[in-house]
Amino acid sequence: MKEKRRELFLRIKKRLKKYTRTIILFAIALSFAIIFLLPTVLTITNSFMNETEINANYGKIFATTEKGGKVFVSDMVHIKFIPNKVSLEQFSTVLFKSPDYLFKFWNSVIYTVPIMLFQLVIALLASYGFMRLKGRLKEMLFFIYIIICLMPYQVTLVPNFLVSKWLNILDTRWAIWLPGMFSPFAVYLLTKYMKRIPKSIIEAAKVDGAGEWKIFIKICLPLCKGAIYSVAILIFIDFWNMVEQPLILLADEYLHPLSIFLSKINAGEIGLAFAVACIYMIPSLLIFLYGEDYLVEGISYQGGVKG
Amino acid sequence: MKNKENKKKVKKYKLSAYGRKMARKERRKDSLFLMPSFFGVSVFYIVPFFVVIVYAFEDNPITKNYVGITNFVNILQNEAFKLAASNTFKFSLVAVPLAVIISLLMAILLDQSIPLASQFRTVFLSPMMVPVASVILVFRVLFDYNGAFNGIIRFFGGSNIDWLKSDYAPLVVLALFLWKNLGYNMILFLAGLGTIPKEMMEVAYLDSSNAFKLFFIIKIRYLSPTILFVTIMSLINSFKIFREVYLLSGNYPHGSVYTLQHFMNNMFTSLDYQKLSSAAIIMCFVMVIIIGILYILENRFGKDMEG
Repeated sequence: MKEKRRELFLRIKKRLKKYTRTIILFAIALSFAIIFLLPTVLTITNSFMNETEINANYGKIFATTEKGGKVFVSDMVHIKFIPNKVSLEQFSTVLFKSPDYLFKFWNSVIYTVPIMLFQLVIALLASYGFMRLKGRLKEMLFFIYIIICLMPYQVTLVPNFLVSKWLNILDTRWAIWLPGMFSPFAVYLLTKYMKRIPKSIIEAAKVDGAGEWKIFIKICLPLCKGAIYSVAILIFIDFWNMVEQPLILLADEYLHPLSIFLSKINAGEIGLAFAVACIYMIPSLLIFLYGEDYLVEGISYQGGVKG
Repeated sequence: MKNKENKKKVKKYKLSAYGRKMARKERRKDSLFLMPSFFGVSVFYIVPFFVVIVYAFEDNPITKNYVGITNFVNILQNEAFKLAASNTFKFSLVAVPLAVIISLLMAILLDQSIPLASQFRTVFLSPMMVPVASVILVFRVLFDYNGAFNGIIRFFGGSNIDWLKSDYAPLVVLALFLWKNLGYNMILFLAGLGTIPKEMMEVAYLDSSNAFKLFFIIKIRYLSPTILFVTIMSLINSFKIFREVYLLSGNYPHGSVYTLQHFMNNMFTSLDYQKLSSAAIIMCFVMVIIIGILYILENRFGKDMEG
């Protein structure tokens, strides 16, 4: 009897220990999560404040002396999570009354979508080529592709700028489109993926009399469906966020995407700024919600862990 | 050893004349798939890069006199370039280890069976999808001279700090960098943790007197290729920090966050081809060396793991 009780006691103790451990770990994770969500959530909730409320809350960050130096205004900014009055007025102002914002948003779309589509098509073709070809020349070319992928913009923008100048496409949308479409980033990932397709399938198709093109369309593309989604998402983030390229390749501010425009917001526009920022993040958040698993898979492939 | 012998045998085996012809034909067809990408990458990246090399050794694009390494000496003595390079170096030195260690801890945390683990994963990954430009307003409100953060500092009796226009600016940029990149790194680590064989852990658990320590040693050992990859990616991302700095404080930030891209932007506006091309080549050179070192390291440790 005594022994049984002891055992029970030990079991309870072990359980308790396990529970406290889980609770502590959960608390750590939760606090991390709050920090991670804070900026996004603040942007979203603040976008529901009307212009006067925003100005009253945050107008102070533009308080300057006549010389342009910073000045301390008696009161601090109060960060507010919940608006006094939920208003949708500023959204309608952004969407229907101020074409400037909408035009910049449209700019972002018109850069991102064609680049995403064309880079995918070109990269799919190229990665099929890389998968099928053998030899030192191919290895070298692939290595060059990887190096280009890893170069920061400080390096790659110089060649891009020179070519755009020669082709006379500086200050046009083509200066963003063309280097983006031919960027080797997608090739690297897709080749890694395609190499995993068993050779025997392709050989079998060949014996059955399928040409290269047919093998590509009918076998490789369906097998790479998941990878195509992942790569599409990664390209989308890259170009939806783009800042460096337009700054250098487009002197005309009329053509700039929304990301650059948002950084130039001044005292007069802060009332609308949160609404614009919110609208700007909607497309990428939607893609994230629907494609999170593909994104995770794509990142894991980049690491080569599954490769 | 065995592998090598096999390879030799394959090489000795010769195709008939007809077979060779067919193989060549097939190769030509395969390389056709590669053509669009190869053409684009050559035109926009590879060929102009050779022109950049030529520019770096000339005095100016019109007279085209060969001047040796004068341009490189000039750029290395340029104060702005030195400032930018040392800023970037210092930032990477702090940001990369932090980004690797914190994300590794986060991955291990989510790998324990805590409730809502997959929701936490979503939350930690979400900053990657939120455009920086959208949350920049929140960061400005937080870290402005009259911002919320200073409010807290004043509450505890401190005095205001102008975060973005003082030597503290790198801290704000570091916060933004970590917020943005930790999720991505964490996913890579989670994928790496997933590849550790379960039996391995069980054996270690049974064998060791100090389970915790052995656990750690085995995990780190298995993760070493992932750790290297995450380090490379974090290093490369830390060179792209210009985007955050630009969105926070524009083209003329405080000296402590003046980045190489700022330097390049100034050169682009003044169209100083000599400085542009020699700076690009120096950076490219440094990148290739860094990537080369890490590549060698990975080969050494990675191979070790596979065997």
